[in-house]
Amino acid sequence: MDFHLTNEQLMLRKMYREFAENEVKPLAEEIDEEERFPMETVQKMAKLGMMGIYFPKEYGGAGGDVLSYAMCVEELAKVCGTTAVIVSAHTSLCCAPIFENGTEEQKRKYLPDLLSGRKIGAFGLTEPNAGTDASGQQTTAVLEGDHYVLNGSKCFITNGNVADTFVVFAMTDKSKGNHGISAFIVEKSFPGFSTGKHEKKMGIRGSSTCDLIFEDCIVPKENLLGKEGKGFKIAMQTLDGGRIGIAAQALGLGEGAVNEAVKYTQERVQFGRRLSQFQNTQFQLADMHTRMQAAQYLVYAAAMKKQLHEDYSMDASMAKLFAAEAASDVTRRAVQLFGGYGYTREYPVERMMRDAKITEIYEGTSEVQRMVISSHLGVK
Amino acid sequence: MKIIVSIKQVPDTSGKVAVNPDGTLNRASMQTITNPDDMNALEAALKIKDETGCKVIVVTMGPPPAAGMLREALAMGADEAVLVSAREFGGSDTYATSQVLAAAISTIGVEADDIVMCGRQAIDGDTAQVGPQIAEKLGLPQVTYAADIQKDGDTITVKRMLEDGYMTIKVKTPCLITCIKELNSPRYMSVGGVFEAYSKPLTTYNYETLKDHPLIDATTIGLKGSPTNIFKSFTPPQKGAGMMLEGADKATCEKLAGILAAKHII
Repeated sequence: MDFHLTNEQLMLRKMYREFAENEVKPLAEEIDEEERFPMETVQKMAKLGMMGIYFPKEYGGAGGDVLSYAMCVEELAKVCGTTAVIVSAHTSLCCAPIFENGTEEQKRKYLPDLLSGRKIGAFGLTEPNAGTDASGQQTTAVLEGDHYVLNGSKCFITNGNVADTFVVFAMTDKSKGNHGISAFIVEKSFPGFSTGKHEKKMGIRGSSTCDLIFEDCIVPKENLLGKEGKGFKIAMQTLDGGRIGIAAQALGLGEGAVNEAVKYTQERVQFGRRLSQFQNTQFQLADMHTRMQAAQYLVYAAAMKKQLHEDYSMDASMAKLFAAEAASDVTRRAVQLFGGYGYTREYPVERMMRDAKITEIYEGTSEVQRMVISSHLGVK
Repeated sequence: MKIIVSIKQVPDTSGKVAVNPDGTLNRASMQTITNPDDMNALEAALKIKDETGCKVIVVTMGPPPAAGMLREALAMGADEAVLVSAREFGGSDTYATSQVLAAAISTIGVEADDIVMCGRQAIDGDTAQVGPQIAEKLGLPQVTYAADIQKDGDTITVKRMLEDGYMTIKVKTPCLITCIKELNSPRYMSVGGVFEAYSKPLTTYNYETLKDHPLIDATTIGLKGSPTNIFKSFTPPQKGAGMMLEGADKATCEKLAGILAAKHII
């Protein structure tokens, strides 16, 4: 494998870093504290093409590649987990399934607004009784003439309260189980559609998370995404891609915590020595960095495989599993190195630790990733 | 119409400044950035491009790695880039540099409705001489220290920021303007811009390209031909922190007068 980044990727990383430092980092503490969605940052990212990085220019994308997108999420997450997941959910969970499964008409209708960031996207699969067991969908869609009527609800929907366009899954034929699930493109203005209250979360508190409610929601027939009954497959494929985004978020969170810990331990003096002079600190930081570096290789490899249209399902799962668990561990260790100060909101490491936890849970828990990986090994 | 922006790659002095034993800057050990004032010049040009659709050409004189900086300018939105690079040009002082850059800009071509833009000064030399010297050599009117630029046809209204106030000047194109940081906030490269940057034209002018240009005098370019020689360079001692007094009342004024009197300033 070629581990060298292209000139464009190196240039983008520099741009992402400058943007993250100057525009995202100064808001990170405030949006966490106030649980406020950073719409002003989204508008800035939209202007720079960060809301449609790896999609073709003909649909309004930036014409980039999947690794450049993963690097964007990574750099944002180094300073703000919330901002990173806004880009990840929008890109991987809404733009990608429409681009990969939409008809030409659907792509022309929805992608230019989404990829340019004029509109924000979200994804509705999880239900109160269909989390890890996504096949247990209870939301229904019934074809009535030229439209489907959706009834039911979704929960924990990232970008839910701010999105304009949703990729939503519903049962069109309960008797067929997984094969009875279909995907739809739903606009927030469709009659019968509404969103619920903002969930109060442990981390990524600036990110919008809410219920989606469908009460006789009218969805035009032409908004069926893919074929009827193919929704579960679309959902699983979408989550494969989404895992690269979340793995990149976890990667950035862990790397950000290492950066903070390296800086702090060189300043903090105890027993007449800087913390960085103690071997325990040096070994901790060496382990933390090594784990994140290993995570980066897994994440980048998965992104490159997706770019090359190779089967990347297991790679994405391994990247997410490893990066998420590494991020949780590394951010926790960073708090420990900071001691009491690390436990206060004066320093960002406690926020990073809270933000990291969700990466082990959403878009497939670590347990689900292990199921996916072992199934690829043929272990039954 | 086009705008030619002269930019320079400089050591990033926001980190640690490394100086060689002979007093010259140890450039190899320092990160490089695009000179900050030049970024303001580029932004001013791109803003006019946004409004008028004109072409923006960036030009720099420097070693081959300076091409990376030019690609970044292209990723921000510039249309073309010219790298002026030759061993013969190395070590040039401001007199020699402006001669080479003026020849390069003249080779690109300055037409009636064109503008040349430069940063006020580079953070490595802090001379603020190259922009004005280019203007002199090209016979262009120059307006320095631009804090605001308004274009109306062939008339450019420039608000100059001076130490003791502002001065507004109207100038006709073609002209040269030097820009300061108060002028604008430089934009970021865009993702789409980065992916276009490597397919935009980047031309290299070497010694052969420019040696016969009327502005080039082979005896006054490069290190040997430069009239300026660095006698000594050193890091100045850090100034003490300033003192701030707040308040507009008589007591504050008296306190201020007292401090100034104690230091024998008044």
